[in-house]
Amino acid sequence: MAKTWEEINDRIAKGNAVVMTAEEFAALAKEEGVKSAAKKVDVVTTGTFGPMCSTGVFMNFGHTDIPIRMKEITLNGVPASGGLAAVDTYLGGTEESKTRGLEYGGAHVIEDLIAGKEIRLDALGSVTDCYPLDEVSTYITIDDLNQAYFFNPRNAYQNYNVAVNSTDKTLHTYLGTLLPNMGNAVYCSAGVLSPLLNDPTYRTIGIGTKCFVAGAPGYVAWQGTQHNPSAPRDKHGVPTGGAGTIAVIADLKRARSEFFAAASFTGYGVSSFVGIGIPIPVLDEELAETLALTDADISATVYDYGVPSRSRPEVGVFTYEQLRSGQIEIAGKTVRTGGVSSMPKARAIANELKRWILEEGYLLSEPVERLPEPGTPGPTPLIQRGKKEGERNA
Amino acid sequence: MRKRYKLTFPPAISREPIVYHLVKDFDLMPNILRSQIQPGCEGVMLLELTGTADKLVAAEQYLRDQKMVISPAAADIEHNDDLCVDCGLCASVCRQGALSLDALGALVINRDLCVLCEVCVSTCPRRAIKLVF
Repeated sequence: MAKTWEEINDRIAKGNAVVMTAEEFAALAKEEGVKSAAKKVDVVTTGTFGPMCSTGVFMNFGHTDIPIRMKEITLNGVPASGGLAAVDTYLGGTEESKTRGLEYGGAHVIEDLIAGKEIRLDALGSVTDCYPLDEVSTYITIDDLNQAYFFNPRNAYQNYNVAVNSTDKTLHTYLGTLLPNMGNAVYCSAGVLSPLLNDPTYRTIGIGTKCFVAGAPGYVAWQGTQHNPSAPRDKHGVPTGGAGTIAVIADLKRARSEFFAAASFTGYGVSSFVGIGIPIPVLDEELAETLALTDADISATVYDYGVPSRSRPEVGVFTYEQLRSGQIEIAGKTVRTGGVSSMPKARAIANELKRWILEEGYLLSEPVERLPEPGTPGPTPLIQRGKKEGERNA
Repeated sequence: MRKRYKLTFPPAISREPIVYHLVKDFDLMPNILRSQIQPGCEGVMLLELTGTADKLVAAEQYLRDQKMVISPAAADIEHNDDLCVDCGLCASVCRQGALSLDALGALVINRDLCVLCEVCVSTCPRRAIKLVF
């Protein structure tokens, strides 16, 4: 029953493609069997909405009358890179305000830009013959920017750790507040709806794949940073912890407030909730098998964040169905669970992507190049080497 | 019936066994939700009282007679739906189970279970939960 990308796009263009969200597809496969579901459905849409720290925006401000080469740049008091061309910058989502700390950061500036709010721009220039202006202070909105686009080096993590804290004091982490003595367990994945969990070996998701980024149509640009295709996998070939990642690019001007949200994690810092959705073509039964997996089939590994090490001790493996029940049992103790990835938002993204395909004729794109596949070595740690002989402090 | 109060203790009575009198003299069931009381200083207590309506009225009078400032409205958590993204982090730190996610993953608040511990307030990455007096 294998279908080609062309056949599926042809059906979308003619308006007779069958499109379902990953939740709907899993339900259909349970009822009718994977074979029948694979035959019936052309595209499965996915979605996820969780904190994704490696997120940011490239911008071009346009030139002032007397030109300036911006060196020290802040947007609403949040530093942005002065290391690009004269009036280009990159604003990182986790950058913190010079005055408000983690209560306002790069992600909040991005949220305010999307909402159309005025942003204060302050820049100091590096004075040269071509760029004589030394300083500029003004207010801008997203409409004043020549270009503004997301380039997020690491989004849509394929599964993630579940965190607990065995120590006797509260820990503040990027997975939120971890209560002492394993007072809670925090997970972070859209599970059944998660893009990379639905195509676990990256058969259809690769460089050039069209995707949904914060409400805007975008593309997978590259493998994400720390992409680890060789992380441990279960019997379905699905990773049981952090594994693959993608870098995405998309027009900020077409992003929508409901699919991007800044986050302040007390005692940790700023992050960005980014909505990512990817349409997956139902090419064959093998792919349909993983598209049909539910939260009961997908697992995540629980680690003790009380141990400050790259290799934290593992304290158990649970399915997302168990994690979403509100409690799990670790070593005889009932532990309250909670997520940090929004299921209602993930569902809304998968449904919106489905609407794009059905109502707007949004076509799928075959990857130009595949992401590093399972079996490719994963990331390596930073080696802390000592200073070389004769080397001086900088 | 059950009511919540914010009691402000003047420094002079910060050592008085007020709660004892509420139990013995008015047959009320007190539940101290929060309190910050030190000898010789003005103190604040968030108190939940359960009992009959007439006993509660009498107890309110008794507290006023003790020169205590009582505000029956007390405190509550205020949740901003527009800011909330239903991530569920607040539910993971709510030991009382006042915050939880329903089967579809949407946040559900049961104010009767809330003891105003405020852990959710600082945990919420969207700053969507506030304690209001």
